[in-house]
Amino acid sequence: MSTTRLELRTTPHIKAGRTVEQIMRAVLLALAPVCAFAVWQYGLSALALIVTVTAACLATERLANRLRGEASTLGDASATITGVLLALCLPPAFPLWMGAVAGIVAIALGKTLFGGLGHNVFNPALVGRAFVQAAFPAAITSWVPAYAPDRFTAFIPSTLTPPLMQPPDVSAWAQAAVDGFTGATPLARWKYDNVLTPAADFFAGSVAGSTGETGAVLILLGGLYLAARRYLDWRIPVAVLGSAALAAWLFQLWAPERYPEPLFVLLSGGLMLGAVFMATDMVTSPVTPLGVWLYGALIGVLTVLIRYFGGMPEGVMYAILVGNALTPLIDRYTPPRAFGTGGRR
Amino acid sequence: MNAQPARPTPMEEFLEGIWRQNPVFVMVLGMCPVMAVTVSAVNALAMGLATTFVLTGSALLVSLLRGWVPREVRIATYIVIIASFVTVVDYLIQALSLTLYTALGAFIQLIVVNCIILGRAEAHASKNPPLPAVLNALGMGLGFAIGLLALGSVREVLGAGRLFGLALFGADFQPWGVMVQPPGGFFVLGGWLLLFNWLKKRQGRLQAERGTAHG
Repeated sequence: MSTTRLELRTTPHIKAGRTVEQIMRAVLLALAPVCAFAVWQYGLSALALIVTVTAACLATERLANRLRGEASTLGDASATITGVLLALCLPPAFPLWMGAVAGIVAIALGKTLFGGLGHNVFNPALVGRAFVQAAFPAAITSWVPAYAPDRFTAFIPSTLTPPLMQPPDVSAWAQAAVDGFTGATPLARWKYDNVLTPAADFFAGSVAGSTGETGAVLILLGGLYLAARRYLDWRIPVAVLGSAALAAWLFQLWAPERYPEPLFVLLSGGLMLGAVFMATDMVTSPVTPLGVWLYGALIGVLTVLIRYFGGMPEGVMYAILVGNALTPLIDRYTPPRAFGTGGRR
Repeated sequence: MNAQPARPTPMEEFLEGIWRQNPVFVMVLGMCPVMAVTVSAVNALAMGLATTFVLTGSALLVSLLRGWVPREVRIATYIVIIASFVTVVDYLIQALSLTLYTALGAFIQLIVVNCIILGRAEAHASKNPPLPAVLNALGMGLGFAIGLLALGSVREVLGAGRLFGLALFGADFQPWGVMVQPPGGFFVLGGWLLLFNWLKKRQGRLQAERGTAHG
């Protein structure tokens, strides 16, 4: 495989003794508490979804290796991370066969078509999610409540839908499992019913949402761990969350009765998960210091704009994909100034 | 590869458009109808056959008139010839099936500007006698129809769970909404191009291994 060398920073280049495997293992470690919390909330269905999607990703990666006639790349754990992240941003009641489709598309269309790890333009997990969002719009917006009493002994009815078949309606099951469950995410409730969910509910994880997006504290802890080990650029989550909060604050200043408080914007939906684990993907985010700030700010502002003015209640996925698409452009226009060369006074 | 290109046999002339120079999979021409009308197998087949008819008819006339048409006005002449055949097809489909006519919409009239037809008239029919011209056009048209059908079947099966209107998976089938939308067209086209290129490459490799200088 040919590797393209792209040095955007000025010398000296310090080569740290870090490998892809090391970084990916650390990311997996950071994701483990989020997964554990998701399984605690949604039980067997969440576990089965995470396992199935990851297995689909690994199988596709292996098949791609074989077709390309190269050694197995399963060992670098990047496909595992794609699978886990993808499962975490799907609804917990998502049928397993659709999860497998998402996993196959994520690796096949999102990664190997571009030439494998390091060559992909878009975050593979989000490519997979965008595909199933367009293919199965009903299933991907069917939410179930967390902490159903029999979650460790029985699957959510839609989880085991036979392949190619429509999942059964889970609203009756959800009503029976947890009394008073509305079947809508906090963002949807705000957007369509004008009901604001209190912040305490988010921290307890008792709101409806994707499998891994409701444990805000654990996501932040994972992010702090990775940032402390320098495996993710702390500027990206800070820029994403900061710009989203700033945009939300400005909107609230303008029309307080119509727009929610910044804290709600930060905690609801997949913004935390996206900002910490998806936008920070090393392959699809800029490398220049200024570019990173621009990229993060763009994602944060776009998320708020899509949530407020778009057709759907959530916009993190599309915001990050747009950010990914603009990454090469951002990198090109934000080269750092080499020490001792010109520059304005 | 022969240094002196021999005159192709009628069979080779016919197969040119189906395999070696397939308009959809090799030349990637006429993508507008390929994307727009392939949401179902029936639409795709109808479009393919309509194009085949126009292609063959215009190839015959262009070939017959090739000695009389001045170079300066040849494009205009071809367009007039093609447009006449498109008008025939347009009325024909309208008379046979109004549902099909509404489904295909403006793309029937737009056959006039289909680059395969004008391209064949310019590159082949205007330089060859009627028989090879017609055979080549027929092959190109059928190759185009096969391409459309390949896309249309996959998109109909995944997007609606049907093939030629017949339900394949029962009532509980979950349609893949994206497949009948434009992105689905690109995904399926990409998949077919991948398969076609892989097959061609494999064929080339096998021929090279056998050491034959054929083709």
